[in-house]
Amino acid sequence: MEEKLTLFKNRKRFGIEKNIDIIFKNTALVLSSFVAIILLGIILVVFFQSFESFSRYGLKFLVTSEWNPVKDEYGAFTAIYGTLVTSFLSLLITIPLGVGTAIFITEDFVPKVVREIIGSFVELLAAIPSVVLGLWAIFVMEPFFRAFFVFLHNFFGWIPLFSTEPTSRNSLLAILILVVMLLPIVTSIARDSLNQVPKKLRNAAYGIGASRWKTIFSVILPAALSGIMAGVLLALGRAMGETMAVTMIIGNSNAFSWSLLSPGYTISSMLANQFGEADGSQVSSLFYAAFVLMILSLVVNIFAQWLVKKFSLKY
Amino acid sequence: MIKTNKKTQKNIILSLENVSISYGTFEAVRNVFCNFKKGNITSLIGPSGCGKSTVLRSLNRMNDLIPNCSLKGTVLFDGTNIYDKRVDPIEVRRRIGMVFQQPNPFPKSIYENIAFGARINGFAGDMDELVESSLRKAALWDECKDKLNDSGYSLSGGQQQRLCIARTIAIEPEIILMDEPCSALDPISTLKIEETMHELKKNYTIIIVTHNMQQALRVSDMTAFFNAIEYEDGDSGKVGYLAEFSSTKKIFNSPKEKTTQEYISGKFG
Repeated sequence: MEEKLTLFKNRKRFGIEKNIDIIFKNTALVLSSFVAIILLGIILVVFFQSFESFSRYGLKFLVTSEWNPVKDEYGAFTAIYGTLVTSFLSLLITIPLGVGTAIFITEDFVPKVVREIIGSFVELLAAIPSVVLGLWAIFVMEPFFRAFFVFLHNFFGWIPLFSTEPTSRNSLLAILILVVMLLPIVTSIARDSLNQVPKKLRNAAYGIGASRWKTIFSVILPAALSGIMAGVLLALGRAMGETMAVTMIIGNSNAFSWSLLSPGYTISSMLANQFGEADGSQVSSLFYAAFVLMILSLVVNIFAQWLVKKFSLKY
Repeated sequence: MIKTNKKTQKNIILSLENVSISYGTFEAVRNVFCNFKKGNITSLIGPSGCGKSTVLRSLNRMNDLIPNCSLKGTVLFDGTNIYDKRVDPIEVRRRIGMVFQQPNPFPKSIYENIAFGARINGFAGDMDELVESSLRKAALWDECKDKLNDSGYSLSGGQQQRLCIARTIAIEPEIILMDEPCSALDPISTLKIEETMHELKKNYTIIIVTHNMQQALRVSDMTAFFNAIEYEDGDSGKVGYLAEFSSTKKIFNSPKEKTTQEYISGKFG
């Protein structure tokens, strides 16, 4: 018995080091708990701040477009519609563009050097501050697309989305600038997850006579889907929350219109525009709108997770 | 070296004529002449780095997927050079299937693993029947007939490899290439695969790369021994070549070349 104990006695790390271990573990626990605490804190604060508005307007807040601080009437439908339509349409354009780019730079259609240059340029796009993009959108993109918008209105005016005369600030411009901002997110994450698909799966597909086309769309993409979806979700979060560039270009009008060619509003741009001079029930209504924004992205997140579970190939 | 007139040999399904394969400037194998007979199992053996896998992968143009890989010479399949510009590599791979070193089922159900290849190759018959017959030929049917909808990854390594064989059979190739199909498997699974190969021999030509000489002896009719030598032009790298090609019996009992004798008796490798 005595002999066996020496085994333990000789271990010097028994004292201080072990205490350090415990301290480290607990510090890590506390620090990582902060994430959860902060998240819960934000949700609670937003919820309680919006309570006044919530009890006064209830769900009517979500479906009316009246926003009149003088008469104390608030409805966020325009902003909610604007948020949904800008983020989903911008994603709709970004996903094929971004995933397509990712496929292009992970396959060997062109020499590696070219692919790497394209890849790093796409990533550099993410480094441009959104206020710069907003400025660019106002002074370069808008004049560039003006004729195209007129064309859209003239030929597709029967579609509600293009039913008004294009104005120089409108939702469609916001969608286009969002595409520029989302593209690097979707592309770089899609590229990483495509690269992570094991080579042996590609071999397997080619080995049974699959064309490159078939290999990419039936094997490689489904196997990378969960990663790509994660990128899309991140992009969606960005699209819903993006404030600066959108506020600069969207026109900030609470008058509801289905048309993308007329000025619109998003929840984020509404918050940015109004928090300064808001008081009383307007503050509460803004918090209510913020709460709606959080719920929206939560719902979209859960839906997307379900989609990924359903369609991705697990390797 | 075997340099026979191809017209006089009717049973030749695949022949290499003066094939050299390089990766960039590095030459992996040089001047290979070799004829594979229809309905035979041919083993490619040799020490590491002798280029036997490279040769195998060149037979259905899988090497096309490796950047910088280039081939000189001709590979005749049914009298056509598969490296001819007009030849579609996808069609080549459909008629010359491949089983890889690592079992690589698709991350789909067992059923889909087999149906996928058949479907993309335009199979229009009864899919259930094809799945069953392919699995039977690969000696896997009894083990997985009740769980066809489970993921291919739910199978053991040996079963996965037989699933890959079944998947290859399902596209009805004329030749099946196997690149060390048992190197990741336990002895029992290995024996099962070998039994499967004996069954397959009735309908298919099989070319197999193996590190296991006992396996070559057990399964193959013909054996090609590849070796690697130093560049004669003083370069530091080694280049592979076909040292001896003969019936398996001859290679193992009375090899002509001294290096073959040394390799099969385990003096190097």
